[in-house]
Amino acid sequence: MSTEVKPVDIGEYKYGFHYPDRSVYKTQKGLTEQVVHEISDHKEEPEWMREFRLKSLQAFWMKPMPNWGADLSELNFDEITYYARPTDRQSRNWDDVPQEIKETYERLGIPEAEQKYLAGVGAQYDSEMVYHNIHKELEDKGVIFSDPETAVREHPELVKKFFGTVIPPSDNKFAALNSAVWSGGSFVYVPPGVKVDIPLQAYFRINSESFGQFERTLIIADRDSFVHYVEGCTAPVYATDSLHSAVVEIVALEGARVRYTTIQNWSSDVYNLVTKRGVAYDNATVEWVDGNLGSKRTMKYPSVWLMGDGAHGEILSIAFGGKGQEQDTGAKCVHTASNTSSVITSKSISKDGGTASYRGQIKVEPGLENVKSHVECDALILDPNSKSNTYPYMDIQSDDVSIEHEARVSKISAEQLFYLMSRGLDEAEASLMIVNGFLDPLVKELPMEYAVELNRLIELEMEGSVG
Amino acid sequence: MKLEIKDLKAQIDGTPILNGVDLTVEEGRIHALMGPNGSGKSTLANVLFGHPSYEVTGGEVLVDGQNILEMETHERAQLGLFLAFQYPVEVPGVTVGRFLKRASEIVRGEDQVKGAGFIKELRKNLEFMGMDQGFINRYLNDGFSGGEKKRMEILQMLTLKPRFAVLDETDSGLDIDALRIVANGLNRMRGPEFGAVVITHYQRILDYIKPDYVHIMYGGRIITSGGKELVETLEAQGYEWLRKEYGIELDEEEEAAYEHGSEAR
Repeated sequence: MSTEVKPVDIGEYKYGFHYPDRSVYKTQKGLTEQVVHEISDHKEEPEWMREFRLKSLQAFWMKPMPNWGADLSELNFDEITYYARPTDRQSRNWDDVPQEIKETYERLGIPEAEQKYLAGVGAQYDSEMVYHNIHKELEDKGVIFSDPETAVREHPELVKKFFGTVIPPSDNKFAALNSAVWSGGSFVYVPPGVKVDIPLQAYFRINSESFGQFERTLIIADRDSFVHYVEGCTAPVYATDSLHSAVVEIVALEGARVRYTTIQNWSSDVYNLVTKRGVAYDNATVEWVDGNLGSKRTMKYPSVWLMGDGAHGEILSIAFGGKGQEQDTGAKCVHTASNTSSVITSKSISKDGGTASYRGQIKVEPGLENVKSHVECDALILDPNSKSNTYPYMDIQSDDVSIEHEARVSKISAEQLFYLMSRGLDEAEASLMIVNGFLDPLVKELPMEYAVELNRLIELEMEGSVG
Repeated sequence: MKLEIKDLKAQIDGTPILNGVDLTVEEGRIHALMGPNGSGKSTLANVLFGHPSYEVTGGEVLVDGQNILEMETHERAQLGLFLAFQYPVEVPGVTVGRFLKRASEIVRGEDQVKGAGFIKELRKNLEFMGMDQGFINRYLNDGFSGGEKKRMEILQMLTLKPRFAVLDETDSGLDIDALRIVANGLNRMRGPEFGAVVITHYQRILDYIKPDYVHIMYGGRIITSGGKELVETLEAQGYEWLRKEYGIELDEEEEAAYEHGSEAR
């Protein structure tokens, strides 16, 4: 018999390192029309995109800050750098990526993951995608996977048709901000009937201090196609705050299915204020799997607009609110067609004084038949200082609707800990086992590699939670 | 392995429950601990494993001469102690297989539970306990019936291979078939390197496990101990004899249970 306990592998925020800021170009701090012009100049954009940006900037200035959700009172727009270009070119080969940037991604395990289980990879460093590559056979089938700047140049008809249609700049203050200064992100187009069986992944990395990252992603899944897109995010730990404000638009045309998975692990000084929305046409499905572990404040409510008969929307949301963190996350489903269904599952954990809130909305427009929606929120609170809130909103204007809503709040009980410890697990491992058990029904939905990654991140977050 | 409980005193929320328990269990011996509700049997079990709700106010518990009362619960388990819970706890999301693999790695050593051998062993133990193989992938005790939870406790004991076990009313609420299976589990562990204390209300389980010693607990103390002859006296004369001899008062429910003998409840 062994009396040795295997230590739980826990440590500090592992991605907090940074390399010197060697941006080849940076705008001055703060946001002016001049900054927007500079970004547009640098990207050598067509006039219509420049106008889109300038109009959006007006909308940003007009729009009030949200008076609900996470506390954003310390966010100072004047202290942020809105554009930093890390290198002059983008590569399709890791060997051509500048050394320090390449090292960053190697430390994050990206090139290795690409070889093992991804169909394509995009890597964004501060404002620009430094790497973009996709399997040749997918390219041959007509799948487009590039940064949006390239798409603006090479596929203006597709971009013009869909860009900013799912999330108009006037949608909210941060969507307007992104629309004004967007840079990088992904553009994905999957032709009719093409199934991209293994995931495409984009990796977003902030390196500079007091920096704003505003990537813009547009995914168009043509009829009966399928694509799974994954994004991961990390940043160095600085003493000052950074801002990540992305816009993600998904268009699932008839019969298409799009799954979008996020594992957000920003460092604890990042404001993460993101707008994500998908539209699902006839018999199409849009699924969001949204894991929020890092950041200082997150406000993010992935949504699905069910616009066609038989459309389905699904949102799985996991939030971990640790020390100093406020995760205000949730989901929104808007039913505008008959025979549509939506499922929202939210699991949140709060610990060390952190706050995790679920904020969700189900909206059913008038005159619809056979609409179904199921909402389930579970919260686990690990200590008395931590908070969990649930804000469900319902706006149901049709009669033939079946809506279910379940909410549960639980705590790790002393009895559960005693039981597991009586079998030899120390308190830290017993707590971790209970937390992982709480998330298990959700983690099972993730592809294996991401499930492993998520479990590992939870392990990191659980460090120092006991003893 | 020798477990020595010496003048152990404990309280919960300021109320004394154990008032000086003395009991020595040697390897290779099975002890039955009997007594009415509220006599302190379950408290003794919980205190032996360091339950946070109880406060030890005196005495010591030695395992091979080492006082374990300062140890954390998991350290006691790692010494080879095992508690079969009276009320096993549900742990949603944690499968029986994953949990027992990890617990076995800790208490038996990783080299003992490598690869396919462990699963094979677990499957055999399930079969022995009359449990479906599907339990491996079920969440621990989550949605189990009362009887399934009790079998799961014994399954864990068989798998973790402790050197010393306390069974806290594992027989309560079981029908006769389940009782036999639970007793078989304990009997399989029996041997020169295993000792146990079987806490029970009822004489009927003693028919299946044949303890080496019997102790009667009342008012937070062990008031009498004996060998097989005490079991026989109990069987012949029931608790009535204890009442006369020691002034033990039973509540109505218990009274009814004992009057109806071993098939009651």
